[in-house]
Amino acid sequence: MTNSINEIPNVKAMFVIGSNPTEAHPVIGTKMKQALAKGAKLIVADPRCIDLAEHADVWLRLRPGTDIALINGIMNIILANEWENKEFIAERTEGFEKVREAVQQYTPEVVSKITGVPVEQLQEAAKIYATAERASIFYTLGITEHTCGTDNVMSLANLAMLTGNIGKESSGVNPMRGQNNVQGACDMGALPNVYPGYQQVASPEVRAKFEAAWGVPLDPNPGFMIPDMFGAAVSKDLRALYVMGEDPVITDADANHVRKGLEALDFLVVQEIFLSETAKLADVVLPGASFAEKTGTFTNTERRVQMVNQAIKPIGNAKTDGEIICELATRMGYPFNYESSAEVMQEISKLAPQFGGITHERLGTQGLQWPVPHAEHPGTKFLHEGKFNRGKGLFMAIENQLPAEMPDEEYPFLLNTGRKLSHYNVFTQHSPSLGDHSPEELAEVNPSDAKKLGIEDGEVVQVASRRGELKTKVKVTERVPEGMVFMTLHYFDSPTNVLTNGAYDKVTKTYEYKVCGVKISKIN
Amino acid sequence: MAENQRILVCAGTGCASSGALPIIDILNDEIKRQGLEETVTVVGTGCQGFCEKGPTLVIEPQQILYTRVTGEDVAEIVSQELVKGERVERLLLVDQATQKPVSSMADIRFFSKQHRIVLHNCGVIDPKKIEDYTARDGYKGIEKALKGMSPEEVMEEVKKSGLRGRGGAGFPTGVKWGFCRSTPSDKKYIICNADEGDPGAFMDRSVLEGDPHSVIEGMLIGAYAIGADEGYVYCRAEYPLAIKNLGIAIKQAKEAGYLGDNILGSGFNFHLKIFEGAGAFVCGEETALMASIEGKRGMPRVRPPFPAVSGLWGKPTNINNVETWSNIPHILRNGADWYSQFGTEKSKGTKIFALTGKVNNTGLVEVPMGTTLREIIFDIGDGIQGGKKFKAVQIGGPSGGCLPEDMLDLAVDYDTLTQAGAMVGSGGLVIMDETTCMVDIARYFLNFSKKESCGKCTPCREGTTRMYEILDRITKGEGKEEDLDTLENLAITIKETSLCGLGQFAPSPILATLKYFRHEYLAHIHDHKCPAHNCTALLSYSIDTEKCKMCSLCAKNCPTNCISGDKKTNTPYVIDVENCIKCGTCMDKCKFGAVSRA
Amino acid sequence: MEWLTLTIDGREVSVPKGTTVLDACRMNNIPIPTLCHAPELTSAGACRLCVVQIEGMRNLPPSCVTQVAQGMKVETQNPKVRNARKTILELLVANHPLDCMTCQKMGDCSLAEYAYDYGVTGTVYQGEKRCLPIDDGNPFILRDPNKCILCGKCIKACTEIQGKSILDFSFRGFDTQVGPAFNLPYNESDCDFCGSCVSVCPVGALTEKQMAGKGRPWEVSKVQTTCPFCGVGCNFDLNVKDGKVIGVTSNPEVPVNGKALCVKGRFGMDMIYSDNRITTPLIRKNGELVPAEWDEALDLVATKLGEIKKTYGPNSIAALSSAHCTNEENYLMQKFMRAVIGTNNVDHCART
Repeated sequence: MTNSINEIPNVKAMFVIGSNPTEAHPVIGTKMKQALAKGAKLIVADPRCIDLAEHADVWLRLRPGTDIALINGIMNIILANEWENKEFIAERTEGFEKVREAVQQYTPEVVSKITGVPVEQLQEAAKIYATAERASIFYTLGITEHTCGTDNVMSLANLAMLTGNIGKESSGVNPMRGQNNVQGACDMGALPNVYPGYQQVASPEVRAKFEAAWGVPLDPNPGFMIPDMFGAAVSKDLRALYVMGEDPVITDADANHVRKGLEALDFLVVQEIFLSETAKLADVVLPGASFAEKTGTFTNTERRVQMVNQAIKPIGNAKTDGEIICELATRMGYPFNYESSAEVMQEISKLAPQFGGITHERLGTQGLQWPVPHAEHPGTKFLHEGKFNRGKGLFMAIENQLPAEMPDEEYPFLLNTGRKLSHYNVFTQHSPSLGDHSPEELAEVNPSDAKKLGIEDGEVVQVASRRGELKTKVKVTERVPEGMVFMTLHYFDSPTNVLTNGAYDKVTKTYEYKVCGVKISKIN
Repeated sequence: MAENQRILVCAGTGCASSGALPIIDILNDEIKRQGLEETVTVVGTGCQGFCEKGPTLVIEPQQILYTRVTGEDVAEIVSQELVKGERVERLLLVDQATQKPVSSMADIRFFSKQHRIVLHNCGVIDPKKIEDYTARDGYKGIEKALKGMSPEEVMEEVKKSGLRGRGGAGFPTGVKWGFCRSTPSDKKYIICNADEGDPGAFMDRSVLEGDPHSVIEGMLIGAYAIGADEGYVYCRAEYPLAIKNLGIAIKQAKEAGYLGDNILGSGFNFHLKIFEGAGAFVCGEETALMASIEGKRGMPRVRPPFPAVSGLWGKPTNINNVETWSNIPHILRNGADWYSQFGTEKSKGTKIFALTGKVNNTGLVEVPMGTTLREIIFDIGDGIQGGKKFKAVQIGGPSGGCLPEDMLDLAVDYDTLTQAGAMVGSGGLVIMDETTCMVDIARYFLNFSKKESCGKCTPCREGTTRMYEILDRITKGEGKEEDLDTLENLAITIKETSLCGLGQFAPSPILATLKYFRHEYLAHIHDHKCPAHNCTALLSYSIDTEKCKMCSLCAKNCPTNCISGDKKTNTPYVIDVENCIKCGTCMDKCKFGAVSRA
Repeated sequence: MEWLTLTIDGREVSVPKGTTVLDACRMNNIPIPTLCHAPELTSAGACRLCVVQIEGMRNLPPSCVTQVAQGMKVETQNPKVRNARKTILELLVANHPLDCMTCQKMGDCSLAEYAYDYGVTGTVYQGEKRCLPIDDGNPFILRDPNKCILCGKCIKACTEIQGKSILDFSFRGFDTQVGPAFNLPYNESDCDFCGSCVSVCPVGALTEKQMAGKGRPWEVSKVQTTCPFCGVGCNFDLNVKDGKVIGVTSNPEVPVNGKALCVKGRFGMDMIYSDNRITTPLIRKNGELVPAEWDEALDLVATKLGEIKKTYGPNSIAALSSAHCTNEENYLMQKFMRAVIGTNNVDHCART
């Protein structure tokens, strides 16, 4: 996020797109409701009638995969009304004219046709966002989990720059990270193309720095990204996989393809706290420790690095994940001798400039928001004040693109996926109380579709895509529009990702979890 | 026979429930039948105030009052009074002091001792006709304000009049307006509090029923002075006639250009709505009332912020009650100096009281501030029913207090009553005689307060129930001497720590009765006796065998069959005290005075 | 900032304009009992326990909603004030079960604490007591309306923290209750089970069901940590007794979320002790995963990876790091792959 979570209650206009905060980021959802209670305006763009849609000043029920058209259309209206921030555009950005040109054809009428959103609503949304004193965009995976995810994000950046709604308190572009430490895992360089602190593997200077620090020569070529790995395994380019704390069989799109890849490996090591579906395929399973059993740090969606403090000893014979990696490294002839995780953080702060001033001691009970370049730096509440990282903000002209697989005659329903309040990924199924409270998948189907299919609320149906099939209970609800079925990724018994499409964004290789074609059939 | 007579038939809620409405039709038929329709007009008016004697009607211009009129009396009234100009004696009021019938209102102390400002039109005009109101100088006040006075001047005039809020607290009205006026805002509201909730008080209802335009005009003047353009009348749904008549009046006022935009071409706008409350007593409290209008649970909130700063929907709001608003047109029309000639030094004008209880003339009376209790009860009220002895008067409803006989010469105003441990409140006056038990009366009012407590603050919610329980035990003879200390301590704590007026004044009946009638409490506790012979648990009935003639009438009428005896076997009649429910039927039935109560 | 001077119990103190008398007292370590006040919620002024005497003011005003004025003279402990507070406490105790011995809130109950401070006996008022059904139809929150003192904090927490307004008062006077609309149990209402109501309840009316019978406040140590569910990064206190996590309580001092949490963070920690936890290394032998010693497992992994690296090169090995593990562990994993194995084949579920 460019801004902080506690800046949300002071936002004057919120544009929530492809995000369901009251369920997926509940406490951020409460902050948004606090903003509403203080009189903030709310625009929600979502095909589903999520909880926030009911509180919205304008709910844009767009067709899935039409985000770019929607945003271009809003920009078209802003320009037509001269609501753009001319000063900001002139001083802080470049490439604006190309965008102006590109959005010209996205007239309200054209956009309304593409997105299904009435013209008046587009105009109202544009007015609210562009004319508010402090407007913020909030997005999540509804934006990124598309084959055009990167373009979606850049469109939102265009919109923010157009109105100067960035680089200020309570005003910015705020992707809300899904997992507890997905921000941190990226920051730490658990990515095939960057070292810790987003320093490029391809850069000779950077590589030299890490070679010097680690005392070994390093491979100059970027490695496999996740979607590449499973194909590589099948083609035998990849022989061994070491999985720590992930369950790709459940969480990655096109799960059957993932399973095939894992089965083709010569050697699979899984380090986990639960016997996951992936662990069941492993040659060796190493028992890791839960967050309560270790000390370290997580970095949240507002870049706040916070302490995880050990409360209890690892359960049974389990060891912390860090300890296991150190033991393996040592056994493989490169001793990892760390007294504590605090010592690991000292090494990180030396190598990653944005963590330069971070120590466990400084984090204390309040944490610090990176960048924290040095030991006296107080952390950074919001980003891009006065200047973007690259200097000037670059406008990018973006055209609307269709999802990789749309519903057709054979698979007439559009499958949309997401999270629900009572669960988090696949972990919380292991909580007896949460399991008791919310025990099973309830695929959302529109009443008119249910009627056509002859299915009733609570009935178990079969859902199938080109890639797989599963059984799930149905919840008949107006929350989803006609032609859409919505499922979560939380349940082993209804593993939604056997259905989803393995197509991915060309830059980030993020799967298109949000759109694919499925059919629903009655059982018996 | 006089020319152009009017018959004013009281069609207020009291008389209507005594059967007044059909009388109007019967009268009209009868007048037509006797060929008088050219010269006689029948008018259904609002409350004439003399509810206990209803249905009442007044013949104008002679001002002859007929009481307890029924449909069967109509033909006689028309032929006697209207045709011959002679009285129908049996329908005239009998003065209790002289035991003689009186016909002219000028001779009836109930009326002659009153001074009617707010009730000026009540019982005189047809409240459904705006022309009746304007014929008696209605809307002259707002016209005067809009045509020649600045809002500040209007406010100053009200300040100068000395009018204090008639809702109970007695806060100077003009000063209150000033608070709201001086709060800057794009929007302001004024509200008329018509959530009259005190048991026995019905002056606000009567004004709304009988003279709704006076309230509208008062609010118009207030809105102009304060700078509000929207108003609400918050009226309890139990007042259907008031709501109906006010609704008609609002419609007529709109049509006549007194409500809406650009009133009388002045550029001043004012829109008025009725909001029906669901009848919770606490909604009479300003902040609870506003919460109720906003659709929330009717619960008071802490102040500050005061409504004048943040009221309805968070906007500056001024609230006055019906009687207060209704005073305003008179002040504007006749001037502050005229108004302030009535009343006492610190309490100006008149006050309407609802006179009820053990008094001969019950009803609605308006007297200048400073009138003594004795004048109200013994002149206007014509003394105690059945010649019994006066014991106390409860002033100000459940939030007020009971005053004993030696306070009868108290000149009633805000300050004297508060000093004496009662309050003007909404103006309920409940008269009690020697048969009223003061512990029981405190218990009665506490029962009301505990039921109406909203439950928000601890002292009122929990404390009123505990006070009630202690009083209940005392009336059953189960009280202990230390209960009085507990009760007093509790009463003082509740008074001093409760959130709103309901709680703060709920203990008043207890504190006043403990102050003036402590001996009655002690009699219940020490002697297990109720001096007023009222508390059933403390009564016992017995049959004096000396006086008993063994007629068996008592046994035959006993609802629980607990009296036994037999004349044939000479078995004396006795009451089985275990099963006796102390209803007193045996005592009423006995012709020989053999049954006694102790 | 404008400062005002006032006298509290004869002591002259200065506070910023806009400060309440309660805050002025607390800033100066003068204790005032409160039941309905919480710094993160708007003040209701309902319990009336915080009353003080202020010269020139009618009655005893509640300090939580009375703003300091210049020259104000406040008395917080005189007999009149103490007597009023004691009476209020007696009233509350008279309508409260006296089952403190078995109450989950024992040791952390504000009512018990103040009742003790003020010498309340619970015998002054004998009479009606509530007898309402207990709501235990959900896995998270135990609601005992008989213990409710109607302070209203849960209502405000639901509205002002969570933005839900599930709770409100119903009925009137002595019969007043707090609960979801139509007196429904929690699990039939629209409740999110965020538990904010539990976090502000001063008595045992709302308690964490999972913690019932698991530990007394004085036996529990609290460890602040960061929630492992979702990217918001809420912090809370793990409640630990005898080396075991017995539950979660929110901590108003934490930076992101204050007292707010969601159902997962507050109530989902029983996953730590799930039966599905792996507690020993497993090695596949004859197609089955069987328990093994650490040394055997680690040696096997080291050997196998070493062989594959040697035979097929470092780029034939890849790792999936974890968005659920700590920064330090992710750092170690990528360092392991880059420096020990010699490949950039490291990625994680970065995009979900």
